[in-house]
Amino acid sequence: MKIYKYGDNVDTDVIIPARYLNAPDEKSLASHCMEDIDADFATTVEPGDIVVGGSNFGCGSSREHAPLAIKACGVKCVIAKSFARIFYRNAINIGFPIMECPEAVDGISPGDSVTVDFATGVIENETTGQTFQAAPFPEFVNGIIEHGGLLHSLKARGIAK
Amino acid sequence: MNVPNNLRNEEVRLMGMTMTQKILARAAGLDQVQAGQLLEGKLDLVLGNDITTPVAIKEFEKAGLSTVFDQDKIAIVLDHSTPCKDIKSAQLCAICRDFAHKHHITHFYDVGQMGIEHALIPEKGLAAPGEVIIGADSHTCTYGALGAFSTGVGSTDMAAGMATGLAWFKVPQAIQVKLTGKLSPYVSGKDVVLHLIGMIGVDGALYQSLEFCGDGVASLEMDDRFTICNMAIEAGAKNGIFPVDEKTVEYLNGRVERAWTAFEADEDAVYARTVEIDLSTLRPTVALPHLPSNTQPVDEVAGKPIQQVVIGSCTNGRLKDLREAAAILRGKKVADGVRCIVIPATQQIYLQAMEEGLIADFIQAGAAVSTPTCGPCLGGHMGVLSDNEWAIATTNRNFVGRMGPTSSMIILASPAVAAASAITGVVTDPATI
Repeated sequence: MKIYKYGDNVDTDVIIPARYLNAPDEKSLASHCMEDIDADFATTVEPGDIVVGGSNFGCGSSREHAPLAIKACGVKCVIAKSFARIFYRNAINIGFPIMECPEAVDGISPGDSVTVDFATGVIENETTGQTFQAAPFPEFVNGIIEHGGLLHSLKARGIAK
Repeated sequence: MNVPNNLRNEEVRLMGMTMTQKILARAAGLDQVQAGQLLEGKLDLVLGNDITTPVAIKEFEKAGLSTVFDQDKIAIVLDHSTPCKDIKSAQLCAICRDFAHKHHITHFYDVGQMGIEHALIPEKGLAAPGEVIIGADSHTCTYGALGAFSTGVGSTDMAAGMATGLAWFKVPQAIQVKLTGKLSPYVSGKDVVLHLIGMIGVDGALYQSLEFCGDGVASLEMDDRFTICNMAIEAGAKNGIFPVDEKTVEYLNGRVERAWTAFEADEDAVYARTVEIDLSTLRPTVALPHLPSNTQPVDEVAGKPIQQVVIGSCTNGRLKDLREAAAILRGKKVADGVRCIVIPATQQIYLQAMEEGLIADFIQAGAAVSTPTCGPCLGGHMGVLSDNEWAIATTNRNFVGRMGPTSSMIILASPAVAAASAITGVVTDPATI
């Protein structure tokens, strides 16, 4: 696995530029993911890699195409100091794991080997031996993620038909 | 089964609530809520556009959902890539059109009737005080100007909202923004919100509401309030909201016939913090690349050459914006080497601007006037930049690559500053024209 590390305020326009929103299929979104901030990302990213960001990750547009693009690349999760709120709920709603943990962001460098446990919120940097505890999701949010996204959880509750 | 807190009988400590908290409490059928609480609220409107709605429709259909909760409480506005800029955009619009027809969506706005969604929704009377509105567009926070709780969400939330009429929310804390004094000439709502974002940063209100109050509110026109709430998201806020006053009621008259409720913050409402802005001290303000928080008084940036001017968008394409820009451009000429693009936000605004002679002012000055579209704001069409070009725009984001290649640059400004800069070809204080 590889770590892709970026700074603060990674906005949804750089995660997936608007010029590609006219083709919202996963393959197309994945092929342009992070293009304006990291031209090599889409061609080098592999399933299981982890994206690490600073504060306010995913700010800007509400485009769900942004977490969809990252997910479609096979990225295991995004770890950030904080998330912009629409990106945060979009990731939850599509069942894509995100972890809020400022200490982990400071304690992870590109090239490190990192494992994550979504159930406990524990992030381990195997290279440095450090472990970090991400903020746990509320029970309701865990329910959405466990059902594989918002619509499935609403169907399971019998609310959406 | 995991369910939100409003479906349980949990004791909640009584304490003062903000405007937003009161609206969410009512939507969830609760007397009392507190910051941090998760709840499921009833929606008064679910909104989407031609970029986000097709993704919502795909999720809606993939999940096997078959009916919408209320055909009158869904709005689909084809505004981003329209009139369609390419085949793929046309196909996305066709998906929206088919869905709208299939589900008999009352408020479906296609080319000819559409406007930029956040100008169109209030104009059509689809947002009212106390209502709860989600939109699959980040600038849905605009309707807080009317005392509504409105917030941007993603396509899956839109799909869930269309199916159930419900959305989950975490009750936000609020930043109280106390406005005093009155704006000076050539200073408008855009300058207020840019100044605020400059003060608190692009994540200064993350997960929070921006609740405006103070005796300065009364002096702000509705179009200024729309602009201010529109850019709440640029401070990371969940929503921005103004109290309802005479100007709000005047705006609603003739537009909203259904009953609505104005919510006031409790006197003992608890705020995360209070920010004070004396409107009389504000200068025309611009935001330099590449963050809306990178603000400066126009005086500090004056003289910087620009190649394109955009006057429009969901932030600043309303009648007051066009009047302010036209007053500066009237009888003047756009500088050689500058492309000035003016985009009235709705057909109604366009028509009114025409009747007032504003469109003639723009065209005689050498500006291009477009049918309503989000177009250039997100680098879609109708004014995409080339390499290393600088634009001054009344839009809302100056991120890397937002309006063109990654080397292109955007300065965010008010309509007055943008119009003045169009005449000189450099960033200009409108008072000097």
